[in-house]
Amino acid sequence: MSQYFSPFVLPFCAAVLVLLGICIWKYVRWYKHFDRLQKAIFLKNLISWKFIPALWEAFREGILHVRISRKNLVLGYMHRSIALGWFLLIVVGAIESHMAPTESHPFWMGIFFRYFVHDTPSPGISMFFANLMDFLLLYVLSGITLAYLKKVYSRIVGMKKVTKHVIFDQFAKFSLWAIFPLRLLSESLSANLYHNGGFLTQSVGDLFSSSFASTFELLSWTCYSFSLAIFFVALPFSRYMHIFTEIVLIFFRHLGLKERTAKTGFTMYELSACSRCGICIDNCPLNKQLAIPNVQSVYFLRDLRYKRVKPEIADNCLLCARCSSDCPVNIDLMSIRQQARHKQELDTQHNYQYLDNIQPFNAIGRVGYFAGCMSHLTPAIPEAMVAIFEAAGQKYWYMDEDKTICCGRPLMQQGYLNQAGELRRKNIEMIKKSKIQFLITSCPICYQSFKKEYKLPVPVIHHTEYIAGLLQSGKIKVRKDDLKTVYHDPCELGRGCNIYKEPRQILKKTTQLVKAKSEKEDSLCCGYNLGNTLINNEQQKKIRDAAFKNLMHKKPDVIATACPMCKKAFKHSMDFPIRDIAEIVKDNLIKK
Amino acid sequence: MKKIAIIGAGPAGIEAASILAAHNFEVTLFEKSSTPLSNILDKAFLFPSSVAAADLVDELNAKLLHDNIQLICEKEIVNIKETNDECKLFDKDGKTYFASKVLITTGYTIFDAHRKEELGYGIYKGVISSLDLEKMIRHKQIKNSIDELPQRITFLQCVGSRDEKSGNNYCSKICCVTAVKQAIEARKLLPQAEIYIFYMDLRMWGQTFEELYRQSQEEYDIRYIRGRISEASATFDGKVQIKSEDTLIGQPLKMTTDLLVLMCGMEPSPGTKTLAENCQIAGDYHFIQTIDPHLHDNETAQTGIYVAGSAKRPMSIRDTLSDAAAAAMQIMSDCQ
Ligand SMILES: Cc1cc2nc3c(=O)[nH]c(=O)nc-3n(C[C@H](O)[C@H](O)[C@H](O)COP(=O)(O)OP(=O)(O)OC[C@H]3O[C@@H](n4cnc5c(N)ncnc54)[C@H](O)[C@@H]3O)c2cc1C
Ligand code: SF4
Ligand code: SF4
Ligand code: SF4
Repeated sequence: MSQYFSPFVLPFCAAVLVLLGICIWKYVRWYKHFDRLQKAIFLKNLISWKFIPALWEAFREGILHVRISRKNLVLGYMHRSIALGWFLLIVVGAIESHMAPTESHPFWMGIFFRYFVHDTPSPGISMFFANLMDFLLLYVLSGITLAYLKKVYSRIVGMKKVTKHVIFDQFAKFSLWAIFPLRLLSESLSANLYHNGGFLTQSVGDLFSSSFASTFELLSWTCYSFSLAIFFVALPFSRYMHIFTEIVLIFFRHLGLKERTAKTGFTMYELSACSRCGICIDNCPLNKQLAIPNVQSVYFLRDLRYKRVKPEIADNCLLCARCSSDCPVNIDLMSIRQQARHKQELDTQHNYQYLDNIQPFNAIGRVGYFAGCMSHLTPAIPEAMVAIFEAAGQKYWYMDEDKTICCGRPLMQQGYLNQAGELRRKNIEMIKKSKIQFLITSCPICYQSFKKEYKLPVPVIHHTEYIAGLLQSGKIKVRKDDLKTVYHDPCELGRGCNIYKEPRQILKKTTQLVKAKSEKEDSLCCGYNLGNTLINNEQQKKIRDAAFKNLMHKKPDVIATACPMCKKAFKHSMDFPIRDIAEIVKDNLIKK
Repeated sequence: MKKIAIIGAGPAGIEAASILAAHNFEVTLFEKSSTPLSNILDKAFLFPSSVAAADLVDELNAKLLHDNIQLICEKEIVNIKETNDECKLFDKDGKTYFASKVLITTGYTIFDAHRKEELGYGIYKGVISSLDLEKMIRHKQIKNSIDELPQRITFLQCVGSRDEKSGNNYCSKICCVTAVKQAIEARKLLPQAEIYIFYMDLRMWGQTFEELYRQSQEEYDIRYIRGRISEASATFDGKVQIKSEDTLIGQPLKMTTDLLVLMCGMEPSPGTKTLAENCQIAGDYHFIQTIDPHLHDNETAQTGIYVAGSAKRPMSIRDTLSDAAAAAMQIMSDCQ
């Protein structure tokens, strides 16, 4: 037996084995649940240079927690101090133990170093390590203190609501909170006896009497080992599984893996990568404006992971993607929400035969224009587009002028995948046979659908991109007037498809554009998104009113937007002028 | 002599003014527009009796010719403050006026149909509001978007009323019978046209309304379809295509029409809204709230401030006039 053994290291050692075993077992099982395409992509890219950026990102996010710090400095500090501090304690501890003049260096030696090693040949170096280790311990302890304060008073980290946790999490959390104070106590007691402590442990140790230290030293180290053991065993079942999974996920993403329409093993990785930090709670409109608890992404993912998600939770979400843009782990929350909505039993037996009566149209040399069902309820938008096509001398085919086929996305959002598939099939056929150059849509919902859910042989652009292009190339000319406009970012266009620039370019050329209080990724949902069928009119209005207030920040004359749904939201029971960008451009056209 | 201020020279304001003047009160009547009765002047014939609106305007205007009534036009009152048993009125320019009691009769405005964009008002020329049609009937000229006689006219009920989405859950009460009235007048001008009315349910509450409705079908060949129109679009020849569902037979329905007439509901006028808010007497949907719907239906929570007519809730002219008389009585008894 090594001189560095004492029975108290056993709980720790056993727990490390258990932890490794469970993690490997889980990861392998999840991998088996990848679908064929995911497996193929994984194997194809496994050995490639993609590992290098992945490694870098894993370090930045798994250890330094850069994204979370960008969202919230204090919370970022908390995560970083625990992760980086602990990581360095392990690394430096390993180096320190390897410098000890012995043959064997068991892996637990670094963890319990001060109990086993009392004097070293070069006191200078050991003093250096002792102080460095104390500093790192202090760093971790500062994070733990913050975590504790956060629980007592969440505003300290700038959060209104913190996540309510399940019992496993509580277990893991309390053992995690115990680990480092116990380490401090144990090392201090050893320092009292052997004078091998650094600035922190030595001064704390000197507070005790040596009889106290010799009585309690072993007990303290034992408790330390047990707290580590409890944490490691609880870890794979608790939210702390994110520590490893986040890193695995980063590698997977770099290899090109992503969510699919149905739940796969990849989803399991994503679920376990959620740290339940709760950042997604505060800005969720269902929390902020309606005070609906338990439906936010953190709770939804948690329930899904423990297989107890209820349909009323999966369905109660606007799919506004505000949480996705806030999530520091970049989990594909919208796809996962939609997967969970799949309504298998209701999604059959529908008669779409009438679609076959719609005849394709030969539109060689033209562009396609798809207004979308929603734009048919805001006819000023397609009217404006037609005027713009004419002003630009653009030959176009108005694909859904008379016989409207929905793009299918509203059905997708509600979990009717087969029905949506029928509509997609017909639209793809129509577009392929028409031979158009590219497709322009007015509705961001259709846009997102054509872009992401369809595989079209032609490019798809939103009308704001198209108009910005026309202005750039000088195909149309506009005058600029004194109207003060503010731009409302539609969720589906902004967070959904990353279009922030073009609408603003157009508005700057035609009007005096002012800023909203929160913009772009942080913009507020209008509440009328088709994603949520469970909230009522009054609730929608509350969300809309908050978005309205956000836009009124600089007292504009007109709200400009680029989505028929948002336009309708602001028109419902409101007298404030709201216009689509296409309408503004049409009115400001300079006739050639 | 006690001084009474009345805000709004509509039917309600004029009726109350003439009663109070006859009882030796000194009345100042403020009107925002350049003439009184701005909301009646644009009407053609009035239900229930088909009397010409111009005749009623003349009769009401005659009531204003009383020594105790002073009419001040182009004066918009925006606030009232009550101090020591006296009311201080503020106009838009900050000028003040005093009176011992104030009666608010600032009336209604019709729902702005632009807000229901799916119906194409302001986008397609063939889509008009009930008020636009009223004006056409007044000038005895109903034309479609290309200045020809329309072959088909379609009315749509409950635009901006009974509609959660526009935030107006209430029934505007007058538009059902107004549609019947207008359809009959339209038939008189256009013997050949087809005339349809799309409705949710028809509210023929007045004593003579049901009879008018029967006549409209039997003598004037007006056709009724139960269903809401969900969207409108233009056809290449300037007509309007509408999508609806006949909810009695459960069939979707698509048809074209020369004119789509939107029967817009009644909302509180901007003046009513402003005063309701500034005097803290706003009730549901920003109409003015009375203390009690039965026994104190002209008094407001502010002593000295009274209300009558369509500033309270949608009302026909006859109801408006009796309400104004009731308000005048209440003011007189409170002044004793
Ligand atoms: C299309 C249509 C057809 C109709 N047809 C009929 C019909 O056939 N028969 C019928 O009985 N009813 C009809 N009505 C209803 C009728 O118009 C009302 O019942 C009537 O006008 C209500 O009168 P009022 O005095 O309450 O308000 P209003 O007529 O609205 O008068 C209010 C007056 O107050 C003035 N005012 C507002 N704010 C201020 C302010 N701040 N300061 C000063 N002045 C102000 C306004 O300018 C206005 O002159 C119809 C309504 C519509 C929309
Ligand atoms: S979903 Fe993202 S933001 Fe929400 S708790 Fe999980 S990690 Fe945090
Ligand atoms: S998508 Fe929007 S509504 Fe849904 S959980 Fe996220 S923030 Fe809340
Ligand atoms: S009166 Fe008739 S048209 Fe008017 S809101 Fe009531 S039901 Fe609708």
